[in-house]
Amino acid sequence: MSKDQKASGLLDPEILFPAIRDAFVKLDPRKLLRNPVIFVTEIVAIVVTILFIRDLASNSGEAGFSGQIAAWLWFTVLFATFAEAVAEGRGRAQADSLKKTKSELIARRLGSNGKTETVPASSLKVGDIVLVAAGELIPGDGEVIEGVASVNESAITGESAPVIRESGGDRSAVTGGTQVLSDEIKIRITVQPGSSFVDRMIALIEGAQRQKTPNEIALSILLSGLTLIFLFVCVAIWGLAGYSGTVLSVTVLAALLVTLIPTTIGGLLSAIGIAGMDRLVRFNVIATSGRAVEAAGDVDTLLLDKTGTITFGNRMASDFLAAPGVTPTELAEAALIASLSDETPEGRSVVALATGEFGVPMPKAEFDAVIGFTAETRLSGVDIGQRRLRKGAVDAVLKFAGLTEQHAPTEFRRAVDQVARTGGTPLGVADGDRLLGVIHLKDVVKPGIKERFAALRAMGIRTVMVTGDNPVTAAAIASEAGVDDFLAQATPEDKLAYIRREQQGGRLIAMCGDGTNDAPALAQADVGVAMQTGTQAAREAANMVDLDSSPTKLIEIVEIGKQLLMTRGSLTTFSIANDVAKYFAIIPALFVATYPALKALNVMGLTSPQSAILSAVIFNALIIVALIPLALKGVAYRPSGAAALLRRNLLVYGLGGLVLPFAGIKVIDLAVSALHLV
Amino acid sequence: MTLVGWLQISLLFLAVLLVIKPLGLYMARVFSGERTFLSPVLGRMERDLYRVSGISPEKEQSWLGYTLAMLTFSLAGFLALYAMLRLQAYLPLNPQGFPGLPSDLAFNTAVSFVTNTNWQNYGGETTMSHFSQMAGLTVQNFLSAATGMALAVAVTRALARSKVPTLGNFWVDMTRATLYVLLPLAIVVALAFVAMGLPQTLDGSVTATTLEGANQVISLGPVASQEAIKQLGTNGGGFFNVNAAHPFENPSAWSNYLNIFAMLSISSALVYAFGQMVGNRRQGWALISAMAVLLITGVAVTYWAESQGNTILTAIGVDPALGNMEGKEARFGQAMTALYAAVTTGLSDGGVNGMHGSFTGFGGLVPMFLIQLGEVLPGGVGSGLYGMLIFAILSVFVAGLMVGRTPEFLGKKIEGREMKFAMLAVLILPLAILGFTAVSAMLPFAVASVGTAGPHGLSEILYAYTSAAGNNGSAFGGLSGNTPWYNTTLGIAMLLGRFAYVVPVMAIAGSLAAKVKSPASAGTFPTDGPLFVGLLIGIILILGGLQFLPALVLGPIVEHFAMLAGQTF
Repeated sequence: MSKDQKASGLLDPEILFPAIRDAFVKLDPRKLLRNPVIFVTEIVAIVVTILFIRDLASNSGEAGFSGQIAAWLWFTVLFATFAEAVAEGRGRAQADSLKKTKSELIARRLGSNGKTETVPASSLKVGDIVLVAAGELIPGDGEVIEGVASVNESAITGESAPVIRESGGDRSAVTGGTQVLSDEIKIRITVQPGSSFVDRMIALIEGAQRQKTPNEIALSILLSGLTLIFLFVCVAIWGLAGYSGTVLSVTVLAALLVTLIPTTIGGLLSAIGIAGMDRLVRFNVIATSGRAVEAAGDVDTLLLDKTGTITFGNRMASDFLAAPGVTPTELAEAALIASLSDETPEGRSVVALATGEFGVPMPKAEFDAVIGFTAETRLSGVDIGQRRLRKGAVDAVLKFAGLTEQHAPTEFRRAVDQVARTGGTPLGVADGDRLLGVIHLKDVVKPGIKERFAALRAMGIRTVMVTGDNPVTAAAIASEAGVDDFLAQATPEDKLAYIRREQQGGRLIAMCGDGTNDAPALAQADVGVAMQTGTQAAREAANMVDLDSSPTKLIEIVEIGKQLLMTRGSLTTFSIANDVAKYFAIIPALFVATYPALKALNVMGLTSPQSAILSAVIFNALIIVALIPLALKGVAYRPSGAAALLRRNLLVYGLGGLVLPFAGIKVIDLAVSALHLV
Repeated sequence: MTLVGWLQISLLFLAVLLVIKPLGLYMARVFSGERTFLSPVLGRMERDLYRVSGISPEKEQSWLGYTLAMLTFSLAGFLALYAMLRLQAYLPLNPQGFPGLPSDLAFNTAVSFVTNTNWQNYGGETTMSHFSQMAGLTVQNFLSAATGMALAVAVTRALARSKVPTLGNFWVDMTRATLYVLLPLAIVVALAFVAMGLPQTLDGSVTATTLEGANQVISLGPVASQEAIKQLGTNGGGFFNVNAAHPFENPSAWSNYLNIFAMLSISSALVYAFGQMVGNRRQGWALISAMAVLLITGVAVTYWAESQGNTILTAIGVDPALGNMEGKEARFGQAMTALYAAVTTGLSDGGVNGMHGSFTGFGGLVPMFLIQLGEVLPGGVGSGLYGMLIFAILSVFVAGLMVGRTPEFLGKKIEGREMKFAMLAVLILPLAILGFTAVSAMLPFAVASVGTAGPHGLSEILYAYTSAAGNNGSAFGGLSGNTPWYNTTLGIAMLLGRFAYVVPVMAIAGSLAAKVKSPASAGTFPTDGPLFVGLLIGIILILGGLQFLPALVLGPIVEHFAMLAGQTF
C-alpha cells in the first residue's frame, strides 16, 4: 500500500469485472435482508417477473410492458448491489497485498527451557516470547522486551525509511508482518493471531466485518419506515381505485412502489459507508470501527499537542536584540561565529538566521579554540585572538562575563525579560566580559496552521493546544497559532480531566497521542488517534491509528467524518425530494383512463401512461448508477459553518432532487417513445 | 376575493399574533410551576386537589409512568362518558327526555370526546340531554385538551433538560392546564359569547308559532359555556348538529371572529411557551412561522377556490361574482368561511361554520389535506406541538446530516431509538386514514352510506377517516356515519390517531430527556432560522402529505378538473 495511491477509478477493469460478478452474488435475498429497501425492490422484481412470464404464456399483449418493467426493477437491484461491490472492490486490492505478508509468517518461539522452536505464526498465543533477527518478519503484534532494532514498516505505512524499535519507552510496539532490518530483538506477543492489527486492517478494508454504524442504523430505520408507508399507500391505492372503477394491475402498482420507496439512498447507503472507511485508509489512517469515523464528524473539540502539530518542535532563533553600542549586524556576526560549533537545532537556527535574514557572510577565519556546546556548560563559542565569543543560556553567559544578574546592564535585562514575556527563550551573547546582546529563540508556529484553525472554528470546532510549557510561553504560542484554548504544563492526568470535563458538557473530543501515558486519555476521548510509532498501549486505547504518525492528521480525520455524514444526508434528501416528480409522472398515468380530466396533472407532458410509468422506473434505476461516483467520492466539502453548508447542500441536493427528475423522466420518456419501447 | 375579505383574515391573524407572546409566557410559568397572577386565587384549590387525590406534586414520573397515568386517566374518562351516554335516560337534566344512546354510537362519541376529536355522529340538540352535554361532553372538552397540553409539556421538558430520567408529573400538569389556563379563559370567552347572544340556559326548548302558523321547536341549552371550551380546547364538538353554522352557536361576524381567535390562541401560544421553556424563543417563533406559512397558504387556496365559483353553475347563469356560496352562511361569506375551514382543520378543532363537502374541489381539498399533514398547523392544544416536534426531529434527521454531524435538535442527538419511534408515530396516520378508507371503499354496505356518487363520494369517506384519525372531528357532510361500521371503525381510527401516536412520541421524549444536551456551536445545524422553517415545511409536505396524494387525486383533485371540464357524476 503506497501512500500516494490514488483512488482507483470506477472503470478500472480490475475492480469493475469482479464487482459485476459480486453484484449478482449479492442478489441472494438472505444477504439483501440487511438492506430492507433493496430487499423489497427485489421481492417486487420477482413478483413482476412472474407476472411477465404469465403475460407471455397468456399472450396478453401486456408482456412487452411487464417484461421491461421487470427488467428495470432487476437493474435497480443490480445497480444497488453493484455500488456496494465496487466500494468493496476498491478496498480489496489493498487488503490482498496485506494478506500476502501475513500468510507465510513463521516464528522462532522461545520455550520455557530457553531453547527456540520454529512454529507457524498462527499458533502463537498472547504472552509468547519470540526472537526476530535481521531479515526476518515479525510474526505478530507485540512489544519489544529486549534489544534495539531498525524495522521496515513500509508494508503497513508505505513509508520506506526504517524506524527504530527498542525495549522500554514509547517505541516498543511492533506490528506483525513488518521486517527487522538490523540486530535481533526479543518480542512478547500481545495480541491473539487473527485479531492483530493487520487482521483488523484487512477486515476493515474488505468491509467483511462491517457493522452498521449508529447513524447508519438510524437512517436505515427511517428508510424502512418510509418503505413501509409507501407499501401501505400502494396497497390502499388499489382499494381506492376499485371504488372509482379502475382496476390497477400489480405491475403498475409495483412500479409505483419501487419509484416511491427511497431506492436511491437505500442502494447507495452501504457503498457510502465503505467508501468513507476507504477514504480514511487512503489517508493512511486505520479506524477500528465505522463508529469512530462517524464520531469524528461530530467532534466539538480537538486536543492538539503543541510540539509537532502546531509548532515545528524546535526552538529557532527569530531575532537578535543588540546591547547599546552594538549594531545588530555586529551581534549577528558574533552569534554566528559562536554558534558554528553548536550542532543542536537551536545552534543551527542561529547560523541560519544570521546568514539569512541578517546577511552575515560565513566567516573564513581560523579559530584559536573551539568550545562545543555541552549540557553542563550550556555555552558554545570560539576564541579568535583577543576575542572570546560565547553564546548560551543567559545565566551561563553572565557567569562567563563575570557578572551577576543584578549587575547586568539594564538594557540587557530588559531584552531578556521581553523575550521571556512573549514566550520565547533568551540566549545571551558575550565577547569576553562585554555583553553584546540577546538572541530571541522561539517556537515557530507552522505556516498555514492559523488558517486551518480558523477554518475549524468556522466549522464550530474548538482547538485546544496541549503543552508542557509554562503558561506564559503557552499563552504566547496559543495566541500566535490562533487556538481557542490551551492546557499549559499539562500532565496526562490534566488531559484526562480536561476531556472528562468537556464530555460532561456534552462535547465530543478528539485527540492524538503516542505514549503509554496518553493511553487513558486516548481511551476516554471520543476519537483517539494513536501514532503508528507509538506504544502498543496507546494503539490499543485509541480507536484510530495514523500510519504516517502525523499529528495534524486529526484535522483531516474530522473532515472525512463530516464528509461521510454529509454524503449520506445529501443523498437521503435527494432521494426523498425525487418522489414529488415521480408522483406527477405515475399518478395521472394510473387514473387518466378512468378520469380523462386528470391529464391536466401530466405536467411533464409524457407520451402515454405506459411510457410515463416505464420512464419513471428507468430514471429510478439509472439515478443509482449515476450517483455511484458521488457516493464513493463523497460530496464536496469545504470547511464552513453549518448554516452555510446547509444552505448549499439544501440547494444542490434538495432543490436539485426536486427538479432533476422532472427533466430526467421527460428525457427518458422522449427516448422511450422514440424507440417505440411501449 | 376582495380586499375586505383579506383585511378580515389579516386582522384575525394579527390579533392572534399579539396574544401569542403574553399567553405563551404565562403558560411557560404555569408549567414550570412558577407563581402567576392567578396563584393567590387558585393555588389553594390546586393544593387541595392534590391532597384529596393523594398526589405528591413534587414526585416526577418517567416517560412510562407519565404515559401510563395519561392512558389510565383517558380510559377512566372514556368509561365514565360511555356509561353516562348509555344511561342518559336515568340521569337528571334531561328536559326533552332523550333516551340512552345505542352502544356503537355511545362508543364512538365517548372515544371522540376523550381523544379530543369531537366527531359527532349524533345530532346534539336531538340526542343529548343537558346533563350529557355539560357533565359529559363539556367536561371531556376540558380534560382531553388538558391531557394534550400535559403531553406537550412533557415532551418540551425532554428537550429542555439534560440527563434527567423524568418528564414531570402528569397529574400536576393536567391539573395546572385545566385550572390555570383552560378554566379562566373559558369563563371569559363564555361570558363574551353570552354578550354576543349565545343562549346559556338549562331550559330544553321553546315552541314558537311561525308566520305561517306552523309550530317550530327551537332548541336551547347551555350553549355559550360549551362553545367557549369547544374552541379553546380545539375540541370542535358543537352543541347543535350544524355546529357553528347554527345562529345560536355563532350568531354574528363578531362571534365568528371570537370562535376562530379562541381556537388559534392556545395552540399557537403553547408553541411560544415551548420556545421559552427550552430557552430559545427563536425556536418557538421558527415553529410558529412554519405553521403560519402552511396555514395561511391553506386559507388563501380555499378562499381563492371558493371565490372562483363553480364553472358548471356559471355556465347555467349563476353570477360568478358571488363565488361558490353553497354550504356557506350569508353572514360569514367567502373569506370568513374559508378562514374558519382552514383554521379548524389546520388545528384539530373540527368545528365548522360551513359545510366543507359543499366547497369546490380544491376548496374541499384544503381542509382534508391540512388534517392529513398531521394536525400541526398549529394543531390541537398540545397535540399540535408534539406533532410538530416529531416533524422537526424528522427534518433535522433527514437534512441535518448534510452539515456533517450526527443530527441533533436543541442539543439532543437524534439516533436510532428516536427514529424508530418517530417512524412508528408517522405510520399511524396513513395506516388509519388510507387503510380504513380503502377497506370502506370496497365494502358495498359502507359505500351505501355515501351521499354523492362519483369522486365526491370517495372524498366523503376519505374525509371521515382523515378527520377521525387526525382527531379533528369536522365532517365533510353527506356521509351517513351513524352506522355500526362507521361508528366502530371511526372510533378505532380516533384511538389510533391519539394514543397509538402519542405513546411512541412519549418514548422519544423519555429517550431525549436522558441524553446530554450539547451546547450549540457554529457547526450545529441551526434550527431557529428561515432555512430550517423552509426545510420543515418541505418535510411536512413530502413526508406528511405526499402519501395522501393518490387518494386526493381520486377525490377532490379529480373533482376540480372534472368541474373545469364540465363533467358531472
